[in-house]
Amino acid sequence: MSKFGRKKKGMPAVNTASLPDIVFMLLFFFMVTTTMRETSLKIQNPKLPNATEVKKLEHKSLVSTIYVGKAVDVEKEGTGDKIQLNDKIANVNDIAAFIYNERDQVSEAEVPYMTTSIKADVDCNVGTITDIKLKLRDVNALKLSLSARKPGNE
Amino acid sequence: MARKELPEINAGSMADIAFLLLIFFLVTTTMDVDSGISKKLSEKPPEGYVPPIIKKRNIFEININRNNELLVEEEPMKIEDLKAATIKFIDNGGGLGKLVEGVSTGECDYCEGARSTASSDHPNKAIISVQSDRGTKYGMYVRVQNELLKAYSELRDRLSLKKYNMTYTALEQAFKDTNRNDEDLKEKVNDIKTSYPQIISDAEPTSAN
Repeated sequence: MSKFGRKKKGMPAVNTASLPDIVFMLLFFFMVTTTMRETSLKIQNPKLPNATEVKKLEHKSLVSTIYVGKAVDVEKEGTGDKIQLNDKIANVNDIAAFIYNERDQVSEAEVPYMTTSIKADVDCNVGTITDIKLKLRDVNALKLSLSARKPGNE
Repeated sequence: MARKELPEINAGSMADIAFLLLIFFLVTTTMDVDSGISKKLSEKPPEGYVPPIIKKRNIFEININRNNELLVEEEPMKIEDLKAATIKFIDNGGGLGKLVEGVSTGECDYCEGARSTASSDHPNKAIISVQSDRGTKYGMYVRVQNELLKAYSELRDRLSLKKYNMTYTALEQAFKDTNRNDEDLKEKVNDIKTSYPQIISDAEPTSAN
């Protein structure tokens, strides 16, 4: 009788010794997949336009991003549409140098597949975008993606 | 004698620390893929380049003014009607197609349009020209581009469904899933693509400022 009583006393504790291992595994996974935003935005985070016919950009290393929008620091940079290349607000004329710089970072065979992604705010002017396009055409960076959000996705 | 053995480090809180880090990375991870409307810019024309003369009926002219209003073929239009008008224009098939390697592509035998002589000859001749003002809002410009692409994808889907019994989107996806190796699918995708090629040109903006 006492034997039965002793056995039913309590549930055996689940062995949690491997819990840190599991958590670490997950931790490493997320650490590896996390991409920190490498550039800090000097313009207000652009409100991307909505579009349904969007295509995903597949090769991240082949994408150079140009941000267009209003400056965060309006007093210093002034109002109007600003263009951000890398981590500073730049002039339209700097785009050529920016593209050449991006090209240097990939192998020559991949250059034709390079895409320029324009992340522009819905409220900016088409004129600014056209200026950028003309500059891109001058340096033969013809593949372009107008960054947009698919409605429904956040 | 007092230090006979090193005291063991308490590893009980290890899991807590790991959890903390895990949650931090979970929150900061963004797995968004950049997506957007893809466009191909035209190459810079050489000096003294004279653009070929294109029949006016093969050009679908869209103007967006600085108040974000549309003028399509010199008629004001709402953006909701743009897709239908574009489809009507592309799919008209009122004449012969362009010459491909010296051979005429002939009449458009898959078009279901009105075959009017006042609208486009053939989908591969139909050019859509978007002209916007410098002051036009970018959001509006993207909406117009999106409507035009919608028109094209609707036509492509229709033709693909008729010919190959699946939509163009599904066809493209199937092709992608084979790592772009399947010759049969490649041919089909190319066939649909050349049947309704996307010819959208951005005219220089009217400069007002």
